[in-house]
Amino acid sequence: MSEMNMAQALNDALAVALEADPRVVLIGEDVGTTGGVFRVTDGLQQRFGDERVIDTPVAESGIVGAAFGMAIAGMRPVAEIQFLGFSYPAYDQVVSHVGRIRNRSNHRFSAPMVIRIPFGGGIGAAEHHSEASEAMYAHTPGIKVVAPATPATAKGLLLAAIEDADPVVFLEPIRVYRAIKEEVPEGHYLTPIGRAEVVREGADATIVAYGAMVRDALKAADALAADSVAVEVVDLRTLSPIDAATVVASAVKTGRVVAVSEGHRTAGIASEIVAIVQEKALYSLLAPVARVTGWDTVVPLKRTEQHHIPSVGRIVAAVRRTLED
Amino acid sequence: MEPLRILDPSGRLVGEPPVDAAEVRRLFEAMVTARTYDRKSSALQRQGRLATYAPFEGQEAAQIGATAALRRDDWLVATYRDAAAMWMQGYTFEALFLGRMGDERGGSPPAGVGVLPPSITVGAHMIHAVGLAWGERLLGGDRIAMTFFGDGATSEGDFHEAMNFAGVFRIGTVFVCQNNGWAISMSRDRQTASATIAQKADAYGFPGVLVDGNDLLAMLAAARAAVERARAGKGPTLIEALTYRIGPHTTTDDPGRYRDEADVAEWSERDPLLRVRRYLQAAGEWSEDRERAVEEAAAAGIEEAVVRAEGLAPFGPGAAFDRMYARPTGALEEQRRLLLEGEAGQ
Ligand SMILES: Cc1ncc(C[n+]2csc(CCOP(=O)(O)OP(=O)(O)O)c2C)c(N)n1
Repeated sequence: MSEMNMAQALNDALAVALEADPRVVLIGEDVGTTGGVFRVTDGLQQRFGDERVIDTPVAESGIVGAAFGMAIAGMRPVAEIQFLGFSYPAYDQVVSHVGRIRNRSNHRFSAPMVIRIPFGGGIGAAEHHSEASEAMYAHTPGIKVVAPATPATAKGLLLAAIEDADPVVFLEPIRVYRAIKEEVPEGHYLTPIGRAEVVREGADATIVAYGAMVRDALKAADALAADSVAVEVVDLRTLSPIDAATVVASAVKTGRVVAVSEGHRTAGIASEIVAIVQEKALYSLLAPVARVTGWDTVVPLKRTEQHHIPSVGRIVAAVRRTLED
Repeated sequence: MEPLRILDPSGRLVGEPPVDAAEVRRLFEAMVTARTYDRKSSALQRQGRLATYAPFEGQEAAQIGATAALRRDDWLVATYRDAAAMWMQGYTFEALFLGRMGDERGGSPPAGVGVLPPSITVGAHMIHAVGLAWGERLLGGDRIAMTFFGDGATSEGDFHEAMNFAGVFRIGTVFVCQNNGWAISMSRDRQTASATIAQKADAYGFPGVLVDGNDLLAMLAAARAAVERARAGKGPTLIEALTYRIGPHTTTDDPGRYRDEADVAEWSERDPLLRVRRYLQAAGEWSEDRERAVEEAAAAGIEEAVVRAEGLAPFGPGAAFDRMYARPTGALEEQRRLLLEGEAGQ
């Protein structure tokens, strides 16, 4: 065990994978010499060489399309896109090809590959650098979408994503990269894809969150605990396929659910949680399921970003509303 | 291929100057102002008053030389690194600062200024310039469009689509690639295997010219020819400006990780301002006092722009909803209400 932030834990996972499996290659813009804009691939090209850690031209469609071909050929590529807002040129590859090849070829071909993308805001970055359009990817058939909230989960999930038989879009919450450190196990371990985690137990209400919003959900739970409200917090971890069983079990237990997502409101991940809970736990509910989300606006720039990302205050207020009913 | 050059690094004319020395002095003053803005912006970023900033020091001749060929009402579509070009075409320093401060009002130039907000995504905007010039032609006008981008941008698919459309439909677009040697950490030879970027135009059926991008006069001459061609309905031109970014990619970048600092020193010797200053000195059109006066006036004007930008009250909660559609949708009105209630409930 050693203390690591999320960027270090991801770097560690990539090193473990590169060490263990010669089919694993990293491919992306600036991943080699500089170690990526967030330094997640720092030192890996020096250690594994430039045929394993490949710096590419500035071409997202090229990166994902080439990784797709490599994956079909038998490699295990891990592609990096610098920010979610720059993944759109590659989205055509994801939706038109990566997600479809297994279906289209009736299992003859598959694309076991990972697309790592930093996502979410909260650091006052430039336009396109704070996107939370994860729902777009969760809406895409044939891929899996995961979003860790902590360093230890990030490492285990990334190793699981690399070993998965299908393509995984791996979303890394930008504002968590260096914000927290925790003990991260040495060597190889897997955090299963498709499983949510109850990260705080409580009997009065459930907050379902993922990525950077998990920390804010926990802060909201702390604030409510001061008023003797016991909040359960579920970290979704996988956005597609969603672990409905864990969410529903918590909903049945507490009867009150608040879904939190930084993504846009319409047709978002939070909407999906609301749908799942009302489909499968309606008769256990003591109040309407609430959503706290980013709005249906372009993510605002630095000066007004604070009105967009769900604040701890907004989460607390939403939980309180469910308690009033 | 030898790049087009009119002023050599010692400030000597090696070709026919496109303008007289008095006009060169006016453009030199614009370069001095642009550099003042650029250095001020980096300093403000270090003080935490601007978000990430992309400096353009070393690229003043490319931006100012090329835009000097435009008519006041021509279109310009540029990137995060092209503040000098945008300013030349009428964008204000205040708007540029606002954008860097993270305020959407920075994307809004004065009325009548045909400059789009700077493109942060690499590649996508070049095709917009094609559409702008095309639209103008369909409307019966003769406004043309100039677009700036880096060498890295030529790797994106959109670059090729833009060039191809412009070639096929003979659209009056002037493509200006500032080949500044780097795309973040990747050198130009990792973006393309072709010997020059200029030669790519050949494949799309229109002229490409290689220009010494640190030579103000060569840039102006090449851009004038391209603009005239475009306005005459003869189609696009690709200009490859060979230049160098002296500073980091952005204020969050550490170029020490990937480039040899000896190159920086070598390129500093080819500084575009130094070259014009030497030329003006020899022509008797320059004095230290005059340059200092220009610097001081620029610094004062830029300082005022900072004060205005910082003094503008930030948008309140809910204002983001107003900018999404001509009239906010029902969903947005509902969300505005939720936001305001939530903010009140905190
Ligand atoms: C579509 C897209 N991908 C990636 C990025 C991240 N990025 C910002 S600048 C840059 C390098 C661009 O290099 P170049 O086009 O040569 O322009 P320069 O920055 O050197 O002026 C990259 C990869 C981006 N902004 N947009």
